Amino acid sequence: MLALRSKRDNPPALVMAPSAPLLVMRGVSRRFHTSRHDTMAVRDLDIEINEGEFVCVVGPSGCGKSTLLDLVAGLDHPTKGEILFDGRPLRRPGSERVVVFQDAALYPWLNVRANVEFGLRIKGVRGRERDTIVDRYLELVNLTEFERAFVHELSGGMKQRVQLARALAVEPRMLLMDEPFAALDAQTRDVLQEELQQIWLRTGATILFITHNVREAALLADRVLVMTPGPGRIKAEIAVPLQRPRNPDTHGVVDFAAEIRRELQHDEYAGKASGSGYVI
Amino acid sequence: MRVFAAANFWRVVRQVVFYVALIAVWQVLYGLAIWKPSLFPSPQDVWRALRSSAESGVLWSSTTASLGRLTIGFTLAFGVGLTVGIACGTMRWIDETVGSLVLGMQSLPSIAWLPLAALWFGLTPTAITFVVLMGSVSAISTSARDGVRTIPPLQRRAAQVFGASRWQMVRHVTLPGMLPSMVRGLKLGWSFSWRSLMAAELIYSTAGLGHLLKAGRDQNDMPLLFAVMGVIVAVGLAIDRLVFGPAEAWVRHRWGLAQA
Repeated sequence: MLALRSKRDNPPALVMAPSAPLLVMRGVSRRFHTSRHDTMAVRDLDIEINEGEFVCVVGPSGCGKSTLLDLVAGLDHPTKGEILFDGRPLRRPGSERVVVFQDAALYPWLNVRANVEFGLRIKGVRGRERDTIVDRYLELVNLTEFERAFVHELSGGMKQRVQLARALAVEPRMLLMDEPFAALDAQTRDVLQEELQQIWLRTGATILFITHNVREAALLADRVLVMTPGPGRIKAEIAVPLQRPRNPDTHGVVDFAAEIRRELQHDEYAGKASGSGYVI
Repeated sequence: MRVFAAANFWRVVRQVVFYVALIAVWQVLYGLAIWKPSLFPSPQDVWRALRSSAESGVLWSSTTASLGRLTIGFTLAFGVGLTVGIACGTMRWIDETVGSLVLGMQSLPSIAWLPLAALWFGLTPTAITFVVLMGSVSAISTSARDGVRTIPPLQRRAAQVFGASRWQMVRHVTLPGMLPSMVRGLKLGWSFSWRSLMAAELIYSTAGLGHLLKAGRDQNDMPLLFAVMGVIVAVGLAIDRLVFGPAEAWVRHRWGLAQA
């Protein structure tokens, strides 16, 4: 339950007992077979994510970020290796791991309130309890006064806030975010990044956040996983021990962004030199 | 809003002027006496035939008989078409088999089912209902299938992520998502079934507007023929404008689709 836990003033590592991580991926590979060739989307991923952690995965497009997210969501299954969630093998999607997609994942026939309700409906939460939860999360994302609006009347940023509220409303153990701000204009993105920080501080959510924006990763993450393509692997892991809330223009964030970018670029040259492609 | 109302007003004016002019030309042609009055009646003759059939009650009983059959046939077509359409839209192997059959059957005029229906059901109202069903079921199921196919995959994935079951997916994503296409299909299917019904009643029936047409022909009653044809068009238009028009407009508005 991550329901609006009191404001976190210690880093999660100090709060949490060093118990088993919430998510464990061990030697996970995913190979796709097509008629023309086999593609190894991700290879030998070893990832652990602790409760309450904010982890960003950064990498160029085609590096297997989306495959990784699908695997964690339970929408896809590894061809090799194992994924444990809360100590148990992860087999199928469920409301304890919910995805916020890049766009177009809302239902145009439902108004804002009904969209936020959607996950709770699927989960079978009814009546007053559901209304109370929806009210709370509409308020959290500042959409209370737009609850009767339809999706086509909303701006891109508002749509992503609705998605966020819909995801948080089922109170998942882990929130998966698939480049949620990539399609937004720069100003809106800044606002939403700021809001997401606040929401994370208030709710103590565990978040796996996929992005190709290094600044975004440095701004939001406790820990950044740098992925490289052909096949997708975790190439580097960078801890970002900066204080929160963070400002995108502070030296700390800019420096970490530069470090992440170096890791990415270094790989780009290496990739070109070795001529590695996606085909196995 | 005001601009819209003004545009609407002028449209109505133009339409009224057109139909008044049409009747005037008709009257003039009649006055020129080019054709025999028994083959080309005057507007007054037609109006009289309409009134007398309305006063005798035969017009009303024929219309309700036709609409009753239509309702049964169309409701069946809706149920069958929706089921077949969803199955075709969801499962590829059904689409490749049943779907191809449905598509092929669109080239078969529905009245071609009447001889078969007459042998299966006898010359009964059931045979007529069957023709109405066959007239619209392929249009409805094709649009249902297309409706299912046009739902963005991400909307399905979003529901999957929350752990939606197969049934919840149909109930919360497929059915509402396919509605815009479905309304279009129902509108089309309805006009097909109305035409099929008229054709079937013309060939065999003991009541209904199609039967009244046949009676007009048998009695050489040209004004009655004109009147009944007018009623068939009027009923068709009225249902299109009063039922399907608003339904389509509502869906388009609610789903945020561009105004066509």
